[in-house]
Amino acid sequence: MSTLIDILLLSLMGITALAAVRMKSLFGAVMLTGIFSLLSALWFLILDAVDVSFTEAAVGAGISTVLMLGTLSLTKSEEKTSNHSQIIPLFVVFVTGGVLIYGTLDMPDFADPLAPIHTHVAPHYIEKSGAEIGVPNIVTSVLASYRGFDTLGEVTVIFTAGVGVLLLLGIGRRREDGDE
Amino acid sequence: MTHHFILRVITKLLIPLILLFALYVQFHGDFGPGGGFQAGVIIAAALVLYALVFGLNTASAVIKEWVLLVLIPLGVLIYAGVGVASLLLGGNYLDYNVLAHDPVHGQHLGILLVELGVGMTVAAVLTTIFFAFAGRGHRDANGNLLPHSALSDEIRNRKDGQP
Amino acid sequence: MNWVTHYNYWIVILLMMLGFYTIIARGNLVKKIIGLNIFQTSVFVLFISMGKIPGGVAPILRDDPTTIYSNPLPHVLILTAIVVGVATTALGLALVVRINEAYGTIEEDEIHEQDRFF
Repeated sequence: MSTLIDILLLSLMGITALAAVRMKSLFGAVMLTGIFSLLSALWFLILDAVDVSFTEAAVGAGISTVLMLGTLSLTKSEEKTSNHSQIIPLFVVFVTGGVLIYGTLDMPDFADPLAPIHTHVAPHYIEKSGAEIGVPNIVTSVLASYRGFDTLGEVTVIFTAGVGVLLLLGIGRRREDGDE
Repeated sequence: MTHHFILRVITKLLIPLILLFALYVQFHGDFGPGGGFQAGVIIAAALVLYALVFGLNTASAVIKEWVLLVLIPLGVLIYAGVGVASLLLGGNYLDYNVLAHDPVHGQHLGILLVELGVGMTVAAVLTTIFFAFAGRGHRDANGNLLPHSALSDEIRNRKDGQP
Repeated sequence: MNWVTHYNYWIVILLMMLGFYTIIARGNLVKKIIGLNIFQTSVFVLFISMGKIPGGVAPILRDDPTTIYSNPLPHVLILTAIVVGVATTALGLALVVRINEAYGTIEEDEIHEQDRFF
């Protein structure tokens, strides 16, 4: 039963992504990307990643959709038909996809409890974090304490991206007069 | 005020709840799902919703742009400052054990402060980005937002003035 | 080796390739960013699906010592990656807005066409 739900959800994601890629109206494509994000948030919820799930729901379906719509309002909302040959891109995509699928043949089974990812560092976090950190949410204790350096780096990346957008679009500063 | 009447009323009802939920997610993140990243995103979503429904001018009266511009680096500084504080107290960088009288309390305090910093930066960056997108082309030469009447004038002038 | 144990990877790869195709084959800059977003989300799906354990629960400690938890490590990595992802998407969109202001178009072909005259 749960496999059925998984497959249904993943197929819906595939269909939404395909429709978003094929759609000529950028407005429609952006809305489909929002739906795609919401579906992936559901899938994360099924896989027990509650923290990730509601971040994705707020970011993917909320903020990034709004930002894309903001961009469309400043630019154009219709995509022009390209008259380039699609053969080379399709060839590249199929070859890459084929190689990746060949790569997955060596991957551990889906939800295999003995997969290498579950045997190395994670047991330490699950068994010891209660005593060492004293915080029930393991994700929080790994995020903020065990891997505090990582998170500091991520916050710096967000800071830098924010500064970059401000430099490009400007807020509360003099705009250069006379666009060239 | 007659446009989108239902939208305005519902938004007014929802925004305090969204902000309350964001604070819950921020400070209860140690015990349930949540933390700085999620809380920051939710606060930003609430402000974006407000700006979408009531307009950018109203929203930037609620939260001034300079406040956002202060909050962005402040969050990073709080995070890095916790690391420096633990250095000064004799531990390693970002080692929260030394922050309080016993390690578990120190960890609690450290995580709380670090998540606060994360939440601040994330909320401020995302809100600022939205303001930057929404305000693009709607500002005068000093970077102040134009009222709507002046906006249409400026658009007309720019269209006339350009070849 | 049968399809039931690997279908999640294959759908992830399908999504990745859809995103990849959009990035390399479409000339519209906003469409490229949509492709980038799809690619990015498919990587998130790959990571999170590797952390699943059958019968596991969300990694929030309970009193019952026999509880099985799903792996928290991919959750941490992806949680930060999502927020960083939206920040970088915003940076890309800001670049698109500036390109549109400078060239008056967001189609790659027309931008190259204009560049040829300089």
